[in-house]
Amino acid sequence: MIALSLCAASPVSAAEADLTKPKGPVAKGVDSTLVGEETAVLTQAPQVPPPIRRTHATKVIVKLEVREVVKKMADGVEYLFWTFGGGVPGSFIRIREGDLVEFTLANHPSSKMPHNIDLHAVTGPGGGASSSFTAPGHSSQFSFKALNPGLYVYHCATAPVPMHVGNGMYGLILVEPKEGLPAVDREYYVMQGEFYTMGKYGAEGLQMFDQEKATDERPTYVVFNGSVGALVGDKAITAKVGETVRLYVGNGGPNLLSSFHVIGEIFDRIYPEGGSIVQKNVQTTLVPAGGSTIVEFKVEVPGTFIIVDHSLSRAFNKGALGMLKVAGPENLLVYSGKEIDAVYLGRQADAGSESDKQVAALQAQMKEAIKSDPKISGLTKDIQIAKGKGVFMQTCFVCHQLNGEGIPAQIPPLAKSDYLMSDKDRSIRAVVHGMSGEITVNGKKFNGQMVALNYLPDEDIANVLTYVRNSFGNSGDAVSVAEVRRIRSEAPPPVNAGDQFE
Amino acid sequence: MRTCACAPVRVSVFGFLAAFGFHPCVFCLVLLLSFACACAAPAASAPSGMVRVPAGVYRPLFRSDSDAKEVSVKAFSLDIHPVTNAGFLDFVRANPRWRRSQVKRLFADENYLKHWAGDLEPGAAVTTNAPVTWVSWFAAKSFAAWAGKRLLTTAEWELVAAASPTRTDGENDAEFKKQIAAWHSSPSPERLPPVGTGRANFFGAHDLHGLVWEWVADFNTAMVTGDARGDSGLERQLFCGSGSQGAKDVTDYAAFMRFGFRSSLKADYAVHNLGFRCAKVL
Repeated sequence: MIALSLCAASPVSAAEADLTKPKGPVAKGVDSTLVGEETAVLTQAPQVPPPIRRTHATKVIVKLEVREVVKKMADGVEYLFWTFGGGVPGSFIRIREGDLVEFTLANHPSSKMPHNIDLHAVTGPGGGASSSFTAPGHSSQFSFKALNPGLYVYHCATAPVPMHVGNGMYGLILVEPKEGLPAVDREYYVMQGEFYTMGKYGAEGLQMFDQEKATDERPTYVVFNGSVGALVGDKAITAKVGETVRLYVGNGGPNLLSSFHVIGEIFDRIYPEGGSIVQKNVQTTLVPAGGSTIVEFKVEVPGTFIIVDHSLSRAFNKGALGMLKVAGPENLLVYSGKEIDAVYLGRQADAGSESDKQVAALQAQMKEAIKSDPKISGLTKDIQIAKGKGVFMQTCFVCHQLNGEGIPAQIPPLAKSDYLMSDKDRSIRAVVHGMSGEITVNGKKFNGQMVALNYLPDEDIANVLTYVRNSFGNSGDAVSVAEVRRIRSEAPPPVNAGDQFE
Repeated sequence: MRTCACAPVRVSVFGFLAAFGFHPCVFCLVLLLSFACACAAPAASAPSGMVRVPAGVYRPLFRSDSDAKEVSVKAFSLDIHPVTNAGFLDFVRANPRWRRSQVKRLFADENYLKHWAGDLEPGAAVTTNAPVTWVSWFAAKSFAAWAGKRLLTTAEWELVAAASPTRTDGENDAEFKKQIAAWHSSPSPERLPPVGTGRANFFGAHDLHGLVWEWVADFNTAMVTGDARGDSGLERQLFCGSGSQGAKDVTDYAAFMRFGFRSSLKADYAVHNLGFRCAKVL
């Protein structure tokens, strides 16, 4: 960071830079576009080096050390990770389009294996692999010019490659475009990878690499940032309401493709596959093995947003889960939080169930009764009652019971109900718009939720209300279709305002 | 400089042993007969501290179209164990120019014997009968000559190392393969344990796996076959996944790692987990 800011503050001329060149091999030829020299700031995930402010190309020195280290894979589970920079994923490298990178790969003396690096940002055979092949206790240097902007994966390419990558040897290098990337409030580094262990998920102790599982592409663990829980709880990435977050997302593989998704967020902008085209309003974006994506989104409301691979068994069973915690004031216009917590019993009784049979029997009985009494057909209110009973038997009895008694403490009674009979409009409103909140019926308090039955035709509502107002010991006038229409045309009552029903 | 120093070993064993006309079945017969001989009179054929390895056939992991599919290996004697710190101490006592303070930088890098306390004292941090490491190829080669022996060829080493405790084709021994994989999945110990603690393999040799890597005489043939990278199938196979199609057995990860390790070396390198053992012509 110091080197970056120093350089940005006082760029030196190319001539001056020549005098300060280090001894040892350097890139062949003279590149007149280069000004100065700096050492890259490398960061461990989820941190990202600061944006590049300079407006010219420079020579950037990158020193990356390979270490084979035993670290935590999950609670009680350890693994010998092969790492670029001591962690998985490897250190984040940030350079600018046009920069000349002098790259040194050092292999720690305690390493068991030789390693190399293939940077996808390199234009050249092997992406640097052949020039960086390094025995334990040695280092290699090569140089490359960053010709193409983009977010690139780097990885070890030593045989057997699936094992080197499968042990954690991957990371990201960002080549910022000359014009820079748009300013954002937060930047983070998230990289997916999968691990193949001899033991099952969660099997404790130092786990061995399982070649057979790797060949079959059946990982034990699929994780973000190298271990189960690396982005969870205290280690979650954070933001504040109103900020714009940019995630540099990579997928090391070695085999699986990631369906990258943040639950409860829509990516306002993404740079698919880490390239230059901007795509907008994306829910889930595919990150190929050995590929990347950049996603940006503004966080509008507080809460915990879960980062997953939407191939969900990986998220649920193999560890592919992270968290973005957003702090700040609620914005109920964008998201209300839970408005209703209601019992839902279904519109109708299940076909063939005891209730269904009862309903059928009652309907048959009712039909028979109407048919056998010609007087009823001439009486409008009686017809309404009869038809209303049919509606009741289909829709209402499940909660209010066949006898209209309801369920103590849960479902208020209709039978001899003071609440029902004292306000006709209110009873219509309850059916049309639903109701919730605390009410008192026959001296007993209820605090439940009645679902709006607005899918019923006006006629059915008029009939069923006429039925209940004239059944179960109640006696009242009929409810007309006109009355129902009037109530339906009203705005629905505000939610969670049960008090108004008191 | 280094290229010149390595030149004497650049001859491929695959090359000069290529012309062998027998059918594989004949080889099997020869192999069986050889074992019978070995059982009949083992003491007569192997010097002390060595075992006799009968003639056999090695199928290279990597080869170009012009290389033989099979390489015949003549019978030879093999050190039962890798050379130990104690053994190497005898060598540097007798050969002052191979002492740490006197070795030519051309023949051993600055890490040479760095774990020893002094020129002639391995010190308390080193187990005397653990394999000697931090030694260059030049040093190993000189040691072998001093002992009246030579380094193994890749073909010899791989032939011996392919054997599990119970059979010559360890690739079909699941337990054996698992033990090798376990070594790859565990970190390097702070202090190397003594040689010979594990089970001997089919030929009676110890520690081919699970302790240290070992120098072989032609370590650099795994990679260097031509001037240009592009003309060699061998090198490509070491770096990219698609190139592995040309390998004998793409599932033999352990072999890939050995070839990878060897090809990362230069003859003056001294590495913490790289030792050697010697062979002798019968």
